[in-house]
Amino acid sequence: MADASADDLPEEVKGWIGQARYEEKTEFPIEMGYVLTTCSATQNGNPLYWDEKVANELTDGFITLPTMVSVWFRPHDWSPGRTEPAVPLQLHFDLKDRLSLPEAVMSDNTIVFGEPIRPGDELTTTQILYSVSPLKTTKLGTGRFWDFGVRIVNQNGDLCAEERYTGFGYNRD
Amino acid sequence: MAAELLIGDVSVGQDVPVLDKDVKPVTVVLGAMASRDWRPQHHDYKFATGNNGLDDIIMNTPNLAAWFERYLTDWTGPKGRLGRIKFRMKDSVYPGDTMKFAGKVTGIEPATGGISWVDVTIELTAGDKSCVSCEARIAVPNDADVNPWKLKGDDWKP
Repeated sequence: MADASADDLPEEVKGWIGQARYEEKTEFPIEMGYVLTTCSATQNGNPLYWDEKVANELTDGFITLPTMVSVWFRPHDWSPGRTEPAVPLQLHFDLKDRLSLPEAVMSDNTIVFGEPIRPGDELTTTQILYSVSPLKTTKLGTGRFWDFGVRIVNQNGDLCAEERYTGFGYNRD
Repeated sequence: MAAELLIGDVSVGQDVPVLDKDVKPVTVVLGAMASRDWRPQHHDYKFATGNNGLDDIIMNTPNLAAWFERYLTDWTGPKGRLGRIKFRMKDSVYPGDTMKFAGKVTGIEPATGGISWVDVTIELTAGDKSCVSCEARIAVPNDADVNPWKLKGDDWKP
């Protein structure tokens, strides 16, 4: 988790702290094909996702894997009319850019799960920057940790998840 | 047949059965594509090593979250409902590694709605490398006729 924010940040970045920004809506259908692809990638045979009878009994129909919550907001790598690749977690990439830290990894991630996400749901998300650390040096290089959150609600206003991330943006030494 | 864990089957200090999984390049790429993660460090060896200073392409965080969920629900069965998951990335998982998921129950907390919260810490290691530390909270039914997935609002507070 990032420390209290550094004093030597650009004013623009300081202004982002605590602000709910980057409201986005899901741009492609939430459907079970993607869920089963994740289940296949992790060799997860949980019948809740494979067996409609089990899904009907336990969850009144199919639901998506809770840990897939961030997947629904990852934009297409290419789509008609787009001239540059869109990126998920735009806040993270904007921080890399504004702080001139071209490389980055995620170190911490916390997700709290609420209402299950179902096929056909339309979700809205916002991103909030909580803090940015002073410069630090790790085995990867010299850079800053930043702590930010993402809230996801469905079309009924139900909170489906809250995510909290710590990223480390750096320059290789 | 899927497991059907009840809270009476769980005790603090109990080990969750270990899961070992060999990582191949396709494991990394499939996981990244399944989680719609097109970033090159997860599929482009030259980028991962040349630009990011890594040893190879690496497993991505969202797919690792799905692996942790799979590990827990293998143990609980389909009624196990994940409430919260926190993980800290310590080292990268590369092709050629064997992932080992090893969990231990650290707490049991009775809750409303006929469930109990089970807290589990899970270490993901690859050989001598400690790769990810995970803390998870999962709802387990107290009785066979309880369904954690029915809980909403004030009855669902992970």
